[in-house]
Amino acid sequence: MSKPVVATTSLAGCFGCHMSILDIDERILDLIELVEFDKSPINDIKTFSRECDIGLIEGGCCNSENVEVLRDFRKHCKTLILVGECAIMGGLPALRNNIPIKECLEEAYLNSPSVTENEERIIPNDDELPIILNKVYPCQEIVKIDYYLPGCPPRADLIWETLVALIEGRKPKLDYELIKYD
Amino acid sequence: MGKKITIEPVTRVEGHGKVTIHLDDNGNVTETRLHIVEFRGFERFVQGRPYWEMPVLVQRLCGICPVSHHLAAAKALDVIVGAPQLSAVGEKMRRLMHYGQIFQSHALHFFHLASPDLLFGIGGDPLKRNVIGVALEHKDLATMGVLMRKFGQEIIQVTAGKKIHGTGAIPGGINKNLSIEERDRFLVGKPGYNIDQMIEWSQAALEFFKSYHAEHRAFIDHFAEFPSSHLSLVREDGALDLYHGVLRAVDANGKRILDDVDYQNYLDYISEEVRSWSYMKFPYLREFGKKEGWYRVGPLARLNTCDFIPTPLAQQEFETFRAYTHGKPNNMSMHMHWARLIETLHAAEVMRDLLNDPDLQNEDLVVKGKKTNEGVGLIEAPRGTLFHHYKINENDQIEMANLIVSTTNNNQPMNVAVEQVAKEMISGQKEVTEGMLNAVEVAIRAYDPCLSCATHAMGQMPLEISLYDANDQLIDRKMSH
Ligand code: SF4
Repeated sequence: MSKPVVATTSLAGCFGCHMSILDIDERILDLIELVEFDKSPINDIKTFSRECDIGLIEGGCCNSENVEVLRDFRKHCKTLILVGECAIMGGLPALRNNIPIKECLEEAYLNSPSVTENEERIIPNDDELPIILNKVYPCQEIVKIDYYLPGCPPRADLIWETLVALIEGRKPKLDYELIKYD
Repeated sequence: MGKKITIEPVTRVEGHGKVTIHLDDNGNVTETRLHIVEFRGFERFVQGRPYWEMPVLVQRLCGICPVSHHLAAAKALDVIVGAPQLSAVGEKMRRLMHYGQIFQSHALHFFHLASPDLLFGIGGDPLKRNVIGVALEHKDLATMGVLMRKFGQEIIQVTAGKKIHGTGAIPGGINKNLSIEERDRFLVGKPGYNIDQMIEWSQAALEFFKSYHAEHRAFIDHFAEFPSSHLSLVREDGALDLYHGVLRAVDANGKRILDDVDYQNYLDYISEEVRSWSYMKFPYLREFGKKEGWYRVGPLARLNTCDFIPTPLAQQEFETFRAYTHGKPNNMSMHMHWARLIETLHAAEVMRDLLNDPDLQNEDLVVKGKKTNEGVGLIEAPRGTLFHHYKINENDQIEMANLIVSTTNNNQPMNVAVEQVAKEMISGQKEVTEGMLNAVEVAIRAYDPCLSCATHAMGQMPLEISLYDANDQLIDRKMSH
């Protein structure tokens, strides 16, 4: 039997959830015996090369590109797992949801005390930049999600137990210590 | 589930960082740009939050070096609560946390993200060219990298409370000290896993780099080499210090162009330029203006600005490093890895000294003072100088927040590096190969594998590269795989 294939991505997240995956430490060496990786920021595979069994998503959606990537993951992954607060609820970036995006941009590019010579009042708006969404959206508002791992970030042991259980086709054993938020 | 939003489908695939390359009629590169494509709005949305939330909130900009943001924010708040001088245990616990962070982040940067390019070659098989490939073919090296990172993360855990997004630093100090039992997990540890082992492995990693350098001298010395100024904190006596100090900058010839600057006054010296094509701003030294005032930060810059390293093993390596450029600033981008590994060794030595320091068991964790309404906190994050600046109102709410993060400081240098590599590799070519694209990434990777903090964007640089002809027609667009 061929090994299950795992893909991961970071949308509007801080990468802390990916770091928590790496915090399984020596078990990384076991993991690469158990699964194969496809598209993921930890390797140089940047577009899906095949159908995947498990997709891990970090971060919510703050721009048009995040939405595209998330839909692409849903299309290519049998099981989609949200990893962490940002993916599940928007997280810290969603603190901007009650504020008009214009104000956020002006604060960063016009009002910042270290921007002293922006006479033309430039705010980045190039065609090369994706469209910023009016709000930061949790992933399950955009596509169907199969599992949720809570935490900011979720504990490494929680990520490990979930992956191993899925690979072995059993129910994960989620003790309180593993899933308590912080 | 309902679809709440409608967006125009965009053609770009993925990536928080992206490069565009423009060509003239002869196929020569005329302009390149590294765009940072994510925006978070942090400066605005923290307004109104209570100030003491900052150290736990802002670190969520970057989960790769959260401790840096945690501590830079805490240092700004020390000033606000009138306690810039901490107790011995307060400062030393934070230093231990910080050097643990430097150690884990440098290990991650070198082993997990950069070493595949060295081991498999820039144009090597992209399917192998990653940390998993390293683990499968160079298991000893991979194990060493994994355990070094683990050690740093566990130091963070006992000082900050959690490996990622901890809560240890509070305005005026720290919320716990180090128990003897915790200390001995690192000092004594287990065979093959204690501080002495980490020092040995740091030396081994340096040896690995040095012998690679000896075999690939042309590549390591000339790839993305360009003159620039360099900026960092240094201790008041000129020593390398990653936690605290004064600002110093040297130009490409080593002349000091900024010295002994109290960073509370950073705005007198540093400004940022906004360009329409990137969410990441472009900092510069005001005295030299937008065009000439840019500088580099990070391990290379730090070893160019400081006079010495205050631990013996790293000092020895520093002398060799300095001698290589005859005492002049080192302007070779790939030497960033060399500098990074010397700092890794230094961080291990500092951790050993701190673990042996009885002050860490003191009980006076927090210092109190007279509150003011404004403070600046600076720290040397793994990838360079990080600035946090806050103002609060009479209700203790944040009124203004300004951040200049390490990667932003390196924005212009990364653009210069990209341009240089693109001109060398792509000028005159009709087709872009995977190897060329990876070469561009390698240049960026020397500075920063991830652009996370920078706009509070993230991703280990899944680059999309577009090639335009003289009439601005797209002739090739490729993901770097
Ligand atoms: S959930 Fe926390 S750790 Fe994960 S991406 Fe969001 S802020 Fe970072």
